[in-house]
Amino acid sequence: MKKTYVKGLAAVLLMAVAGPVLADNAGPSMTDKPTEAASQMPLGEQVYTTTCQECHMPNAMGAEGAGRYPALAKNPKLAAKQYPMVMVVNGSKAMPSFARQLDADEIAAVVNYVRTHFGNNYKDKVTAAEVKAVLPKTGPYEGH
Amino acid sequence: MSDKASTGISRRELLMMIGAMAGSATSYNAMASMGLVEESRFNGPPKLDGDPKGASVLILGAGIAGMVAAMELRNAGYKVKVLEYNSRAGGRNWSIRGGDVYTELGGATQHCEFDKGLYINPGPWRLPYNHHGILDYARRLGVRVEPFQQLNFNAYVHSTQAFGGKPQRYREIQTDYLGHVSELLSKVTQQGKLNEMVSKEDEASLLDSLRRIGALDRRYRYVPGRESSNRRGFQKPPGGGLDARPIYSKDLTGLSEILKSGLWRSIGAGWSTEFQSTIFEPVGGMGKIGEAFGRELADLIEYERKVVKVHQNRKGVEVTYVDPKTDGNPRTVTADYCLCTIPLSVLSQIDLNINPKMQAAINAVPYAAAIKIGLQFKRRFWEQDEHIYGGISYTDLPIGSIGYPNTDYFQPGKGVLLGGYMFGPNAMKFTAMPPEERVKKAVEYGAQIHAQYPQEFDNGVAVGWHRVPWTLGCFGTWTDELRAQHYDDLCQIDHRFLVAGEHASYIPGWQEGAVTSAIDAITRLHHKVINA
Repeated sequence: MKKTYVKGLAAVLLMAVAGPVLADNAGPSMTDKPTEAASQMPLGEQVYTTTCQECHMPNAMGAEGAGRYPALAKNPKLAAKQYPMVMVVNGSKAMPSFARQLDADEIAAVVNYVRTHFGNNYKDKVTAAEVKAVLPKTGPYEGH
Repeated sequence: MSDKASTGISRRELLMMIGAMAGSATSYNAMASMGLVEESRFNGPPKLDGDPKGASVLILGAGIAGMVAAMELRNAGYKVKVLEYNSRAGGRNWSIRGGDVYTELGGATQHCEFDKGLYINPGPWRLPYNHHGILDYARRLGVRVEPFQQLNFNAYVHSTQAFGGKPQRYREIQTDYLGHVSELLSKVTQQGKLNEMVSKEDEASLLDSLRRIGALDRRYRYVPGRESSNRRGFQKPPGGGLDARPIYSKDLTGLSEILKSGLWRSIGAGWSTEFQSTIFEPVGGMGKIGEAFGRELADLIEYERKVVKVHQNRKGVEVTYVDPKTDGNPRTVTADYCLCTIPLSVLSQIDLNINPKMQAAINAVPYAAAIKIGLQFKRRFWEQDEHIYGGISYTDLPIGSIGYPNTDYFQPGKGVLLGGYMFGPNAMKFTAMPPEERVKKAVEYGAQIHAQYPQEFDNGVAVGWHRVPWTLGCFGTWTDELRAQHYDDLCQIDHRFLVAGEHASYIPGWQEGAVTSAIDAITRLHHKVINA
């Protein structure tokens, strides 16, 4: 699902960021292939189920403990397609940026997936080109 | 050993080697720039001399930072109270043992079925000897420690893409890699190609050192023989009696094969200062430290307090909390000062009246994905069948590594492995699964390294840190750019409010960061109080 170079970059980024803990790892995973069931899913659903639902939950209802993860289900903030797109690209507070973990196609697909599922029914789509326009052009780890 | 490697060096191989070395230098520099290769700045407990004149400090969070601060401020004469979200002390200093119940965000509940005395540390599991602060508190609290094996020469390094997916012993890969590299460098030296870089005088010493470090023979060759077998092991080890004669190991791995395998990545995994000997772990689980702090501070800590608001005014600080189970029954407590150790992932959602720069810093730091999976097996097959006593095997499978217990060696009965320790995308993917699926996957992947897994597996637990209700992540993921912009603003005292924790340190994700941050914070606060 992910292109190798994207994954390589993500690994380098995480190495630089996480340092002490990741120094433990043998290196980037070379076997991170989607399961057969996952590979039959549409791309947006694949990204949601392997990434977003970690925090926003399988039913997109979010969760609350000492702090909370907002629900994406029936969320009126999704009406403007730029809002979820920029959230995924830039992150917000505890939520990390996914600009290096996901590519433009994946970000567009997952934004469109969330905006048409979980009680959301928005007709307009985000394109990969629109995502590329807001992805950071260069970054501190581009050279690696 | 391949002919190619013993007879010559291809340009491509040399470039790959240089690349490998440059790679490790690059990560060293990256870590050095983050202060990660520095030793701890801990210099003994803080000396808080002078009379605080009855000043009160409300501490938010009974993790390591909060409890270090509470203990020292109490000892210095402050009125101290600690509010904690959980019903236990320790925070991320935590062990899950048989009989424990854990409910994560989303509601999935795990009942740990480990045998008596067996545990998993979902958070920190190591106490490096140079983390003087956390070790000093463990000592003062009477927590017994034992050695943690970071580097086990008999553990595995594994790549699904090399050696037909068969795990290799660290000892063999490390010896073969160093042997080949030393032989190559010896050749270059002998051919006089280092003339401008190495003096004639140093050349002999260089060759001698390469022979010893690379386990080379007298002609500077890495070949089957006593030198290489003493390092990587014998085909038939020496014994006693009539059939005692050893047979040297002949199956030295060729340089090209090692380079292509990528397994050289694991060789230096235990070399940075935090992973050098000696590393310790508390006997009975990392959680013993938090539990000991909790007993020491029993009359100061109030549990099951979910903080929703922190407001300060000229006279003091007002903190509002609710019951975490119902979000109801709001209460307000006041104090002269507030030291807040709540993770930024949670604190950024709490109603604060602090200066905008500090608020921006609190809002700026994303929290890392990480997951640990504990697997109980019916017997300690890694010891009984494979002679692996503690330490860590590394793999390119999504599980990342397998950690062996560093205690109770040779005991009959069951044992618990760390069956997966992941960060980044793999941690997200695993945490996104239901807990029982995480455990099932860890068993499936681990079976590629230990064939005994399916037969011997008993039960397991899995903690994905983005689903932990009271942290929403593992630790604050600062970058150099974020630190330049926000770190100093985060660590300031804003009138009567200040923060501490690993997130306010240059040792992210380590308890030593929490300890040194807490000591720095209360030292500055005390100075302010005394001079008020």
